[in-house]
Amino acid sequence: MKEDILSQILSVSEITNQIRQQLEINFQQISIEGEISNFKPHVSGHWYFTLKDSGAQISCTMWKGLNNYVFFKPQDGMKIIANGRITIYPQRGNYQLDVKSMKIAGEGELQAAFERLKKKLYEEGLFEENHKKEIPQFSSRIGIVTAKDGAAFQDMISIASRRYPLVELVIRPARVQGEGAAEDIVSGIQELNKTDVDLIIIGRGGGSLEDLWAFNEEIVAREIFKSKIPIISAVGHEIDYTISDFVADKRSPTPSAAMEIATPNTEDLLYQLTELQNEFQNILQNKLDGSRDVLNKVLNSYGYRMPQNIIKNKMQYLDNIWYRLESSVFHEFEKKKNKIEVLSNIIDSNNMVKIQKKGYAIIKQNNSLVTKAAELRKEKHFLIKFYDDEIGIN
Amino acid sequence: MQKKFNSFEEMLKRLQEISEELESDEVGLDNSLKLYEEGIKLSKACAKKLEEAEVKITELKKSLES
Repeated sequence: MKEDILSQILSVSEITNQIRQQLEINFQQISIEGEISNFKPHVSGHWYFTLKDSGAQISCTMWKGLNNYVFFKPQDGMKIIANGRITIYPQRGNYQLDVKSMKIAGEGELQAAFERLKKKLYEEGLFEENHKKEIPQFSSRIGIVTAKDGAAFQDMISIASRRYPLVELVIRPARVQGEGAAEDIVSGIQELNKTDVDLIIIGRGGGSLEDLWAFNEEIVAREIFKSKIPIISAVGHEIDYTISDFVADKRSPTPSAAMEIATPNTEDLLYQLTELQNEFQNILQNKLDGSRDVLNKVLNSYGYRMPQNIIKNKMQYLDNIWYRLESSVFHEFEKKKNKIEVLSNIIDSNNMVKIQKKGYAIIKQNNSLVTKAAELRKEKHFLIKFYDDEIGIN
Repeated sequence: MQKKFNSFEEMLKRLQEISEELESDEVGLDNSLKLYEEGIKLSKACAKKLEEAEVKITELKKSLES
């Protein structure tokens, strides 16, 4: 027995290595709750501190890259839950907790941590209005990061169906509370940023401060800030404010309200469309009326009436001439014609007298000349006309 | 000339344009009539689209790396 032990003499390094293997394999991922003491942030950026309770203590380290994600400033006396693995520091023969992440244990601590992170991000300018992107009015696709089987998602679906059924909802299921929730939300935002959604809603239904805590984590806040797609934060109820509410492009009091912000109302749209149709009709009617007025104005203008007037004037002139022609030339002609007739009668009668003077007479019966002996009715009245007088027979 | 629109928003945008063009004095009566016809057709198409639509739900799978 003794020999066995003696034959197994190990160097310090050897035993340290063996212990190291044992510990590191068995405590690869553990969570420890304890109170911080002796907290020392090194200039290199690493953190060194001790976690203790009434009976024991353990040394802790947290490396620079990781402690970036701790939203609160650890302080002595603060109760936290540290997540990490046990490692050995051979040079000092120490074992220690290599902390990967930490969160605050207890409500009062949470509230204090919330205020500290809020202040820190505010001072960095993450909440500033000029970083906020506009929420599109007509999103074709809306990405949603929430629990797929949660009430929040169901509420959002029913609001979308009622208000704007043209929309497509792209759900990226995510854990919204407990361990890994913040990381899941972060990847959800990242993944949706690789799609063509117009807007992202992150959120969940109501719960305790601890339930909602993922939305108060710095990594979530920073991812929201980084997102190229506008984000609405819709966490819990009206009274719940989370860090994500402050960083997001828009805070919504509830998930349902977020969907109302994200979509236009079909009823309003239909009303607007009817209004637009009326407007088109009115504009066109006005244009038609306007054109008709212009046309009438042109037709009634002096310029357009001129040709008509000219024609009317010429016609009147023509009528005048005709009248004058009638009354002067034509009349004159008639007068002359009558005169000729009178004269020719005179001439005719003069001829007759000349002939009668030579010894001829005219016999007239029944007012007409008798030129043949056979036509004369000797028994009836007839006239013998000489040049100077006439004698009636019978 | 029937145009194809990718989204409802584009349709609404076109309707707004039509409204503006119609209201401008530079557009003649012939064009106004054409615009009017297009506007009425498009607005009716919009209304129909809204009334007949149904919300589509798709799921984005979690990427495996995370």
